[in-house]
Amino acid sequence: MQHLLSTADLDRDEIVAILDTAEEMSRLTDRAIKKLPTLRGRTVVNLFFEDSTRTRTSFELAAKRLSADVINFSAKGSSLSKGESLKDTALTLEAMGADAIVVRHSASGAAHRLANAGWVSARVINAGDGTHEHPTQALLDAYTMRSHLGDLEGRRVVLVGDVLHSRVARSNVHLLHRLGAQVSVVGPPTLMPVGVEQWPCRVSYDLDAEVAKADAITMLRVQAERMTASYFPSTREYARRYGLDAQRMDALPEHAIVLHPGPMNRGMEITAEVADSERSVIVEQVGNGVLVRMAVLYLLLGGLASPEEDR
Amino acid sequence: MTVLIRGCSPLGGDTTDLLIDGSTIAEVGRLGEVAGATVVDAAGLIALPGLVDMHTHLREPGREDAETVLTGTRAAAAGGFTAVHAMANTDPVADTAGVVEQVWRLGQEAGYCDVHPVGAVTVGIAGQQLAELGAMADSAARVRVFSDDGHCVSDATLMRRALEYVKAFDGVIAQHAQEPSLTVGAQMNEGALSGELGLTGWPAVAEEAIIARDVLLAAHVQSRVHICHVSTAGSVELIRWAKSKGWPVTAEVTPHHLLLTEDLARSYDPRYKVNPPLRSDTDVEAVREGLADGTIDVVATDHAPHSAEAKDCEWASAAFGMLGLETALSVVVATMVEPGLLDWAGVADRMSSAPARIGRLGDQGRALAPGEPANLVLVDPTAHRVVVAAQSASKSRNNPYAGRDLPGAVVATFLRGRSTYAAHGQAAG
Repeated sequence: MQHLLSTADLDRDEIVAILDTAEEMSRLTDRAIKKLPTLRGRTVVNLFFEDSTRTRTSFELAAKRLSADVINFSAKGSSLSKGESLKDTALTLEAMGADAIVVRHSASGAAHRLANAGWVSARVINAGDGTHEHPTQALLDAYTMRSHLGDLEGRRVVLVGDVLHSRVARSNVHLLHRLGAQVSVVGPPTLMPVGVEQWPCRVSYDLDAEVAKADAITMLRVQAERMTASYFPSTREYARRYGLDAQRMDALPEHAIVLHPGPMNRGMEITAEVADSERSVIVEQVGNGVLVRMAVLYLLLGGLASPEEDR
Repeated sequence: MTVLIRGCSPLGGDTTDLLIDGSTIAEVGRLGEVAGATVVDAAGLIALPGLVDMHTHLREPGREDAETVLTGTRAAAAGGFTAVHAMANTDPVADTAGVVEQVWRLGQEAGYCDVHPVGAVTVGIAGQQLAELGAMADSAARVRVFSDDGHCVSDATLMRRALEYVKAFDGVIAQHAQEPSLTVGAQMNEGALSGELGLTGWPAVAEEAIIARDVLLAAHVQSRVHICHVSTAGSVELIRWAKSKGWPVTAEVTPHHLLLTEDLARSYDPRYKVNPPLRSDTDVEAVREGLADGTIDVVATDHAPHSAEAKDCEWASAAFGMLGLETALSVVVATMVEPGLLDWAGVADRMSSAPARIGRLGDQGRALAPGEPANLVLVDPTAHRVVVAAQSASKSRNNPYAGRDLPGAVVATFLRGRSTYAAHGQAAG
């Protein structure tokens, strides 16, 4: 694995290797001093063209726990907001000797471009590109599901909401399918991409029909800008048909868990009661995010020659 | 000045000689020695009437960093063209007699091929108010083709008025068929692949809905509509239906929609970003069939040069468009001639006679016969070349065929008897 751009690129063995490594990280950091020396001397750049405090912080923490040097490049207060191109930013980071670039960008394919346009030699990790993919989110979701449900082979996972615009949905469908899970996507037809019937998952417009059999249910965030673009008549109607409330939660099997990639719209796709319930593993997901990102950084950079040998 | 073209095959027919005297074809047939004539050995070469492009972006005035009339027409000559229609979406827009006359004059000065400016349908191609179509028609540029290309004339009443108005001077409205409200933020063909790549879809229906409306309008007001860059199977069907009714509808397809498909977007390489977008295999097959059976009248390049920075970026930020003048004939050979869908007479029709007829260019797209203007191109049908982006007369390098092996090569181009291009630099004139 040279870059992590999309879960569609990962085979089952690679996924399992990342999840197992994350588990290893969990044991190693489950002690008073959480830091490992593994990536000492390596430089990891967080290049965020979109605001995302939680994802950026998670990557930052992951890199620091592996003793890498971390630089944060954010859109606000830098050349990025002054219209510097992705290419020029990339060339700058290359010149500064970045070993890995964690990129978040509003354009689908931005991470792919960064990795393949010949601008940089650094490893590229996609931290969310437009409406395409968000692979580390899918990895941390799978990690969380695995820790509660064990092997995901044959498990039923339901993803609910704005599948059309969701990079989390795309990454989850590919990854969970590779792990043998039976995935369903549920949402209003207006928020399903054309061609979704060719994805390796079931498609349903009826949430109530899906909850009874679910082992895990992920509620996708509904972006504010969708609420005024005729994708659905009103937020209340959306919440009634596709929101997870206490009543629907009660219809879930006893062991089923509730996930959300965050940030939540409480009262929209998920009620506060559900979000704060015992079935909710949403806070756990955050912690697992750091472990999975440590695993990805380790697997991408740990195998490289040590910085001392490089120089 | 006389040029004797020895042993060429006009429209792929029997071998003959062709004598150019001054700006006209003087004789066709087996000819002996002609005193004082420059001899061009054309054994094995096909002779076609000079190609005519209905859809070229020359970018001047305004974006001379991407192309100028001079560089664009040099590229045209290298591609075998003797006339191009220069689209109106320049800066300033070609929506007045002043701008179209400037472009026309720049073409005359460059001398590589005739430049016929296309006039904007609406002021500033803003889709609000008719531009002074009559003034452009009456100007020295004698504009007959009007288009807001790049934008659709989406207002139905405005489109109707434009169609009606140009009847006064035998004009034609060339429509960029794209329902704007269905393509907000659109990046590529809408289908399974756009869903997978997370790129906003440009659905076929956005093109087809406008074509359906406009062929009905053209029939209603009995005026000529020309559909630019037809890209979907549904569009071909609609145009076939309109023609079966005898309605005054013509259409063009680009070389890239004859050859390339949406799969190329997988690379997220903006070289493949174009409007209308590259479509599916089924669509490619349908436009080839439509071109073969005459439903689609014309191959038009939609040559759209862009500066390096407009393409060396992420997909969503990149400009739409690709080069096409220097590769058009080769793509037609690969997609139509070699598979047996079109013979050389068909190529001459779709790339020269038909566009000249639609654009009302009296001296282009003529037969290769004595007394006709000596606008012609010599083509080596057996040649092959790997396209190199850097080897181009165009100022821009956004070439989607770079690295591809394409058949057929233009060997020489003559504009009214004067050599405007000669491969290997051996100008005949």
